[in-house]
Amino acid sequence: MGTQTRLDWGATVRLGLLAGVVALSLSLIGMVERFSERDIIGGVFSLGQVFLFGAAIGGGYLAARRSAGEELGRVLLGGLALGLISSLPLILLLVAGGLTDAEGGILLRRFLINVSPGLLKLLAFGQGQIAGSLILAAVTGVLGLVGAGVYLLPPRLGRPLLVGLISVFLIGLLSEIIILAWGNRGIGLIIRRFMFAARGLLVPGACLVFLVAAGSNVAWSGQQERVEQRLSTLGPEQQQRLRRGMIALGVLLLLVLPFILRTYLSEVIDNIGLYILMGLGLNIVVGFAGLLDLGYVAFFAIGAYAMGVLTSHSDLGVGGLSFWAALPFAVLAAVAAGIILGIPVLRMRGDYLAIVTLGFGEIIRILALSDFLAPYIGGAQGILLIPKARILGFEFVRPESLYYVILLACLLAVFVSWRLRDSRLGRQWMAMREDEDVAEAMGINLVKTKLLAFAIGAGFSGLSGAIFASKLSSIFPHSFQLLVSINVLCLIIVGGIGSLPGAMVGALILVGLPELLREFAEYRFMMYGALLIVMMLVRPEGFWPSAIHKRELHMEEPEALAHLAAGQTG
Amino acid sequence: MALLEVNGIHTYYGAIHALKGISVSVDEGEIVTLIGANGAGKSTTINTICGILHPAQGEIYLEGEAIHELPAHEIVMRGVSQAPEGRRVFGRLTVTENLEMGAYARSDNNGIRRDMERVFTLFPRLEERSKQVAGTLSGGEQQMLSMGRALMASPRLLLLDEPSMGLAPILVEAIFDTIREINARGTTVLLVEQNALMAFSVANRGYVLQTGEIQLADTAEALRQNDEVRKLYLGEA
Repeated sequence: MGTQTRLDWGATVRLGLLAGVVALSLSLIGMVERFSERDIIGGVFSLGQVFLFGAAIGGGYLAARRSAGEELGRVLLGGLALGLISSLPLILLLVAGGLTDAEGGILLRRFLINVSPGLLKLLAFGQGQIAGSLILAAVTGVLGLVGAGVYLLPPRLGRPLLVGLISVFLIGLLSEIIILAWGNRGIGLIIRRFMFAARGLLVPGACLVFLVAAGSNVAWSGQQERVEQRLSTLGPEQQQRLRRGMIALGVLLLLVLPFILRTYLSEVIDNIGLYILMGLGLNIVVGFAGLLDLGYVAFFAIGAYAMGVLTSHSDLGVGGLSFWAALPFAVLAAVAAGIILGIPVLRMRGDYLAIVTLGFGEIIRILALSDFLAPYIGGAQGILLIPKARILGFEFVRPESLYYVILLACLLAVFVSWRLRDSRLGRQWMAMREDEDVAEAMGINLVKTKLLAFAIGAGFSGLSGAIFASKLSSIFPHSFQLLVSINVLCLIIVGGIGSLPGAMVGALILVGLPELLREFAEYRFMMYGALLIVMMLVRPEGFWPSAIHKRELHMEEPEALAHLAAGQTG
Repeated sequence: MALLEVNGIHTYYGAIHALKGISVSVDEGEIVTLIGANGAGKSTTINTICGILHPAQGEIYLEGEAIHELPAHEIVMRGVSQAPEGRRVFGRLTVTENLEMGAYARSDNNGIRRDMERVFTLFPRLEERSKQVAGTLSGGEQQMLSMGRALMASPRLLLLDEPSMGLAPILVEAIFDTIREINARGTTVLLVEQNALMAFSVANRGYVLQTGEIQLADTAEALRQNDEVRKLYLGEA
């Protein structure tokens, strides 16, 4: 028992220091100070405080979970200790921040630019060094205790509490967008006055959100069992009907989405849709066929430029075609580019392929930027006056209407991907991804198979680019940076490589979230990085993995090992 | 006419001259073995026959038709399939999916189903494991799968590249029994082996390769008695 306790203390210290270091790094990169004025609940707590103290609460929770089964007092004590320990790195910062250089400036600031007087004042709660440190330690200690306490609550109480708090946090965080989308007219305006401050929730609003979220959680957990039981007793016919009903509901929701979301959020959804298109295309190349393509943006650019050149009303426009007439040509141009890129890289694999395609992407961007092609595609000035799509005099100008064009393209892409995945060609891709040589020896025509993957993948991207050109009415080379390729690759990895819903979920997370959290723009890539690392550690198969990928990473391990142990007996 | 006639082929890996004029012939219904040390060119010969590599000189005929310029997938369609060295099953696909991939070049669904059953009678173990992911099979099971996959192409000529590699002796016996059975059911086999003793026990004829050239060619029995072969490949004094 003695050793057990000592071991637990070691873990508590480690976890506490870890929580402290997290808070310290968030302070040092400036997130704490920058968002200290950004309220979640007006006048009560700010986003900066969440960054500063979130780790203590989370650490307390984790520590309590780790010591589950211990007696109550001990668990709470562990949470308290963890909270106290987590303040140590911050106190150290406070002390070091007190050192001054010859001119009386903060010494640390010479190399840690974010250690500002404002930050130090925040950390010390506006007090002196010693009093501030004590308050800081006390606060984190209490928060650690709270974290442990939340864990100890019976799930009947703990879960609604957690759901309620998270809802308040999310709605407070997104309050600006919520106001922008729904808070300017009619009932929305009235609700807004009651619930929201300029940035963040008002206290009554926060209480309301908490009560609604926690209450519905309580209500649901009461009903859940009954609903599930009822579902399981349904006959196959009724289940079929239920499934059809759900699909119909989903379709209806997709159709009315822009009316619900209003202009700004529709714009966000449009961007997500364009990335979903690219994600589905790259998913064919990388996910199905296993060809690592880092220059995928090239096809997006070619689709966009083809649309621009063929339809633009400016001097650069040559075809004067309508959007719909130009669309197939834009896709075909991308498909042709896919094949042209494909031919020289047929013999390449893995890293080499990645490097060559990376170069290809850059070549296209630099060509678009070059003076050489400027007379035809505008160089750095780009192509302007690209018309919108129109049907019978209706022009798809607003994001809400453009949404339907993008939705149509996405549905088409999903359908094509889905049918291809289970087709003979899909099997060819899979075999090629697993082992090229053997696939060849099985009778698969590698040339055809690879080129088809590049061509179809490029076609989706070209479609996305063509819509993109018409959406913006103008295109410039700088829209086609390497970063787009990386983004698309990241989104299919985060969503789950080789999986169709994965590409959509990935786009929602990696394209949608940054749009909603524009305030974090300068921390965007840091968050990307953190998200990718956490993903690879916690859910390497992605949020919505394909069946194959899941079974690779989560093979029934004990069974698999048993077979290995049985080994050579056959 | 021989089923397979390899006529003085030279194959290069870039500048490396791997095969220096190899000639091999395999008659319908035979088991012929190629033995030799590491780097003698055994696998290169197999891969050149399959069309994964192409000879710079020399010809390969299948039933009198030149196949040495055809791409690999067309050679498979003409009835030549291989179980590659090191098994190389599709690790993330299930046993059944692997077998289906073997029948990739065919489209006669009835025949494919029949052959799947035939593979399962040859290797009952694979049927038990049919839903399992191939990467989790044992070495012996993977070898069975690799051979089963090659059989799914319904080949007239089956190329086996070191089926005994890395397997326990008792399994090697089982694998070679199966090779005999496959042959007895009418499939011609070209067998590449380092385990010369086992190879001679099933083969009708054999070739000894050394650094890209044929050193000896004779019946399996005669090769087994040959002094040099006994010294170099059978480890006998």
